[in-house]
Amino acid sequence: MSKTSRTSITMPSSAKKGAIIEIRAIAQHDMESGFRYTESGKLIPRDIIRTFTCSYNNVEVFKADFYPGIGANPLITFTTIASDSGMLEFKWLGDDGYEAVNQARITVS
Amino acid sequence: MAAPADLSGKKQSSYELMSAENKAMQDDPTLNPAMFWVAEGESLWQAKSGTKNIACSQCHSDLKKSMRGAATQYPKMIKGKLQTLEGQINQCRIGAQGAPALAYESKELLSLTALIALQSKGMPIAVNESPKNKEELKKGQQWFNKRLGQLNLSCAQCHEDRAGLKLGGSPIPQGHPNAYPIYRLEWQTLGSLQRRLRNCMSGVRAQQFEYGSPEMAQLELFLMWRARGMPLEAPGVRP
Amino acid sequence: MTRRNWLKHIQKLGFLALGSWFTPSLVFAKKEDADEAIQKITSGAKIQEGRVTLTIPPLVENGNLVVLKVSVDSPMTANDYVKTIHVIAEGNPLPSIFTAYLTPRSGTANITTRVRLADSQRVWAIAQMNNGSFWQGSAETLVTLSACTEMV
Repeated sequence: MSKTSRTSITMPSSAKKGAIIEIRAIAQHDMESGFRYTESGKLIPRDIIRTFTCSYNNVEVFKADFYPGIGANPLITFTTIASDSGMLEFKWLGDDGYEAVNQARITVS
Repeated sequence: MAAPADLSGKKQSSYELMSAENKAMQDDPTLNPAMFWVAEGESLWQAKSGTKNIACSQCHSDLKKSMRGAATQYPKMIKGKLQTLEGQINQCRIGAQGAPALAYESKELLSLTALIALQSKGMPIAVNESPKNKEELKKGQQWFNKRLGQLNLSCAQCHEDRAGLKLGGSPIPQGHPNAYPIYRLEWQTLGSLQRRLRNCMSGVRAQQFEYGSPEMAQLELFLMWRARGMPLEAPGVRP
Repeated sequence: MTRRNWLKHIQKLGFLALGSWFTPSLVFAKKEDADEAIQKITSGAKIQEGRVTLTIPPLVENGNLVVLKVSVDSPMTANDYVKTIHVIAEGNPLPSIFTAYLTPRSGTANITTRVRLADSQRVWAIAQMNNGSFWQGSAETLVTLSACTEMV
């Protein structure tokens, strides 16, 4: 049983070939660190997003491993070269079967 | 003790006390985590609900138009009852939709509050004294000035008399409710003004007002009146 | 209220704020844990200073969400690029914060994220280049607590 949540991608929809574009990716996720306790003293188990990948026309161009030290509703901003027109796919994978996917089209001239 | 900064007559949002990074987080919707709740609110607004199987959008056809300014007017007297924005949303749920009330701090209630508050972003808080709300406003003012808790402190002692001074390293804000609901970094989630007020009360070791209580509404009313004219920053970010 | 009583109140509130740190939920990593994490990354190889800039606000209002930016000076060409960036926080219960994997298609080695910092501390960014060399940069910050929290 997989769980998912909302994600948000901010990046230009068009760019000149070879230009460096900035991509901002956020996922809605509590990123439960595994270091917190309930009021009655019980440890709340870790439940975080573990990896984030960005694929550009099916080629992985960026990846990040997240640990509990990443803040809730994790944001990552990175760059990539606008090589061709096409589709960028963003995937977040995490504990307890978490999976979220988002896409963005880019027109490269 | 040094005299507190003379902010008499000058209302200052606690936005001014934040770091540049946190200000940016509030100002940029692509950085502000509260926008996830707004997105959820948009879905809920369209969802048919309750025994009457009706969505918010069916009564309030144009969200932007119908809700414009709404959040700047609450709490207000409606049919003889002092109603907060959350209270009115629940009143719509129960009365118009035949649906159960949403719990305070639930994802659903926060999402709808965030969605509605966003429609008034930048607009001045428009809660004024009137013959209708006069009594409740007076009660709210009494709460604001009443010493509470084991520390025996009133809201006014920190947020009026000592606004601008420091408490344990943090500057004391005037304590205006002009950005709610807020993504509070301390909570790591979105929350309501009432949740924040309960935090204040736990700060002075006082019995916290219950969510949705008349006391809460009165205090909210006074705080919004006190902040009248300030632009609504909702949904805000605060430390 | 007299000045003396006011000061007494301030002290009590200060204790309240501090009290939240002595719960079992926070075990501060010593610098040794951070060193161990860095050892695992480099397998004991030499780390050179420079090329890596880590930017965090010098004073943080709440450690739950701190904007952190890493910037590595590199042409990012097929022959000379940053392969991985590791961020290690000395004062966190788990020093490893994140690892970013870049390619010559990345354009820059600039990453921004938002991290949790458990306490005032030094944070490290270790970058590995495609030629296997390691470079590091760091930044120090003071983390303060929010006033009036839920934790009593």
